[in-house]
Amino acid sequence: MSGTNDKSLLLLVRHSPYGSSLARASIDVALAAAAFDQAVSLLFVGDGVLQLLPEQQTEQQGVRNQGKLLASLPLYDIEQVYVDAEAAQRYQLDLNTAPLNTQALDREAMSRLLLTHDHLLGF
Amino acid sequence: MNYALLVMSSPFSGQGAMTAARFARCVLARGHSISRVFFLDAGTNNGAAAAVFPQDEKNWLQPWVELAEQHDVELILCIASALRYGMLDGTEASRHEKTSATIHPAFTVSGLGQLVDATAGADRLVTFGG
Repeated sequence: MSGTNDKSLLLLVRHSPYGSSLARASIDVALAAAAFDQAVSLLFVGDGVLQLLPEQQTEQQGVRNQGKLLASLPLYDIEQVYVDAEAAQRYQLDLNTAPLNTQALDREAMSRLLLTHDHLLGF
Repeated sequence: MNYALLVMSSPFSGQGAMTAARFARCVLARGHSISRVFFLDAGTNNGAAAAVFPQDEKNWLQPWVELAEQHDVELILCIASALRYGMLDGTEASRHEKTSATIHPAFTVSGLGQLVDATAGADRLVTFGG
């Protein structure tokens, strides 16, 4: 690792939890970054907010449970988790029931957030 | 300026992968450097060695091979994605008891740490696909 060049990362998560393998891939990248002690934040936008639905059940589909994966993020010190408030509203998502603690942001706050990170990774 | 590229587009669908290869060539032509290209998810299909191209379509493997061979650009396939997509080097093929390697030798299979490392050292990270 080039430890002296650490950068803050913001992962922009756009995919619904089970419609694309990128939903899983984006969280895997977050976990890898955290494992290497990089500052990583997540921003769920658009359909990506559906990853925050409560009580996801995936036994029948035979895929891993994205909600459980998200619930584990604080264990890896990933605590900067933001949500597109407009998208959450559109899907009538109650963020109090989400698998992990999040902060809802309006458009203006989201664009400020994008500016405060060194690298954006769009998934 | 030092660039790192993250490619998530499959060469079989859309323009993302081809755009990434062209972008890489332009970055180098402008005198910048590329520390690494990291292929994730469907992007790992870019390493397929045995794909055969229709005569009237562009060969999408060749631009990557040129970047590796002529400019020493590191091409890394995410191992978790690569295994799922059947993109194996010799070591992984024998580890998982498959008959042969399926990726071009210009590519290397490795972990997500390689993406994190490239990102930490890059002035710019550019994502293709997703």
